Amino acid sequence: MGRYIVKRVFLAVVTIWLVATITFFLMFMVPGGPFLAEKSPSPATLEALNRKYGLDQPVIVQYKNYMLNLLKGELGESIKQRGRTVGDIISRGFKVSARVGGISILVSVLIGVPLGCVAALNRGKWLDNLIMVVATFGIAVPSFVISTVLMLIFSIKLDLLPTYGLTSWQHYIMPVIALSFYPTAYISRLMRTSMLDVLGQDYMRTAKAKGLSQFKMLFKHALRNAILPVVTYLGPLIAYTLTGSFVVEKIFTIPGLGNEFISSITGRDYTMIMGTTIFLASLVIIMNLVVDIAYKIIDPRIKLK
Amino acid sequence: MSHEHEKKPFSLHLDVSDFLPADKEEKQSLVVMRESVSFWRDGVRRFRKNKIAMASLIVIILIFIFSFILPSFYPYGYEQQIRGSENLRPMQYSETELARMAAGEKVFPHFLGTDNLGRDMTARLMMGSRISLLVGLVASVLVLIIGSIYGAIAGYFGGKVDLIMMRIVDIIYTVPDILIIILLMVTLKYPLQDLASNVPGFGWISDIGIGLISIFIVFSLLYWVGMARIVRGQILALKEQEYVTAARALGASHRRIIGKHLLTNCMGPLIVTTTLQIPSAIFTESILSFIGIGVQAPMPSLGSMASNAIGGISTYPYRLFEPAIMISLIILSFNLLGDGLRDAFDPKLKN
Repeated sequence: MGRYIVKRVFLAVVTIWLVATITFFLMFMVPGGPFLAEKSPSPATLEALNRKYGLDQPVIVQYKNYMLNLLKGELGESIKQRGRTVGDIISRGFKVSARVGGISILVSVLIGVPLGCVAALNRGKWLDNLIMVVATFGIAVPSFVISTVLMLIFSIKLDLLPTYGLTSWQHYIMPVIALSFYPTAYISRLMRTSMLDVLGQDYMRTAKAKGLSQFKMLFKHALRNAILPVVTYLGPLIAYTLTGSFVVEKIFTIPGLGNEFISSITGRDYTMIMGTTIFLASLVIIMNLVVDIAYKIIDPRIKLK
Repeated sequence: MSHEHEKKPFSLHLDVSDFLPADKEEKQSLVVMRESVSFWRDGVRRFRKNKIAMASLIVIILIFIFSFILPSFYPYGYEQQIRGSENLRPMQYSETELARMAAGEKVFPHFLGTDNLGRDMTARLMMGSRISLLVGLVASVLVLIIGSIYGAIAGYFGGKVDLIMMRIVDIIYTVPDILIIILLMVTLKYPLQDLASNVPGFGWISDIGIGLISIFIVFSLLYWVGMARIVRGQILALKEQEYVTAARALGASHRRIIGKHLLTNCMGPLIVTTTLQIPSAIFTESILSFIGIGVQAPMPSLGSMASNAIGGISTYPYRLFEPAIMISLIILSFNLLGDGLRDAFDPKLKN
């Protein structure tokens, strides 16, 4: 168990380092270097930039400086948004995105798990078929389709919900629905399969023979075991919510990290792109690590070893 | 059977009646009553019974015809801007067109309307679906080839080779794909442009489009790992089978064993995984084009069409619905097809 954790942590660290390195070298493929790509500053500014970022030094030295800065937590300054550091922009945007993303992850689990259970318990009947049809539909429709359709119906035609910003609780409704649509559908399907699997097990039959109430059987025995595959999905879920946030934040004009990232891409703000990529990648990798370790701890089969 | 003596189980008595020639009844039991059904025929038969899967197959074929064959017969091009025909609703005619019709000329209707530059939406939809389908197919084929070869080698040779190869897979698997994809899409443009314009023989890069090539490169760099893992798992299981030992004893080369014996027996999971890879690739491509990195204008992509439609969403909602419905239809059909194939060819997963 301990060896497993060490191995996984080592893997995570190596991967984060790899992402940082790839990001760094990719930025160098842009002609003129990351800091000079679009605008041509005056020779004096060029000099200052060169000295500050050490651009006139060989690539290896720059790489070393870059890595050292990373370890210190310095991500540099934004090129487009003068005077603001990348770290500043990231933390501001992340607070917003984390809120929307966190709520939608909660929603996906809180709705997806019961839906999957209900479908499994009513296997073959109309309720099961209905839920599964909606779920199959839900995993096929891309998030930008859901977002735009929602916006069309609720904001434009019905004028019920606001289209942009995040100032009131109503602002959260559509983005959260759009972001959680696919995961909810996926989790319901996953939960249903897992539940069906568990319900067919011998220990369920034992529980029934013991005369346990329906309630106890469901919650104490079935659910606990059936939910394990969903826990393994949490990692990809976080990654999906992240990428989904790019689309949803752009459409609903939410000032989150995803929106900043996309703007920095189209605006060629290279320091921002680098910093955000490394931050987001590290976030996903670390969350995956946590989920993996948590799963190993929760899985009762491991405890028996 | 002839009479049996009261035999002690471990006696070494030989029973003469065991060695008499077989009579007619006994020979009957060896006659083949029915042909043995091959794996493929069995799977196809199971697939045909699945109505949803068959329906989705038909839809996919229709979409293919729509995207690849129909444009040759369609009077409007996807980048053809028709002056005076901007912002038409579906089946609406512009004034110039009405005038021409009054003069006796036959004008082909814009079934799905036009966009703000006068480009026919149907033509753009056809081209957009073509791009999506191409990306899905090419990406899946690349993933299939790279992934299965890699996984087969790792699984077959085992030991140190396997360990190192799988470590690499683990690392690539852990990297969040979208971020790297976005990064690569942004940065690959320049070297590709250089290649296309400066190095002879690479001119076709600009013909196909740099965005498209970048997508292909990026997908093939990242998405093969899932396939490699599955193939490796299958190979590890199949490696111990007797026919592999027999083949090796007969002196078959490694390549032959892997290619002819092992990989052909993994066909079930291979087909299913490849088919399910297609909608996932299309999904990713549409999101990339939606946020603005992907195929370049004027080439339409279903994602970029949807993105452009947001601006005029209240007045021209059809401009959003058309690409939205199309992309959902494509992804849904491939998902259902993949599910159907899995039920048909990979029965172990049936519960």
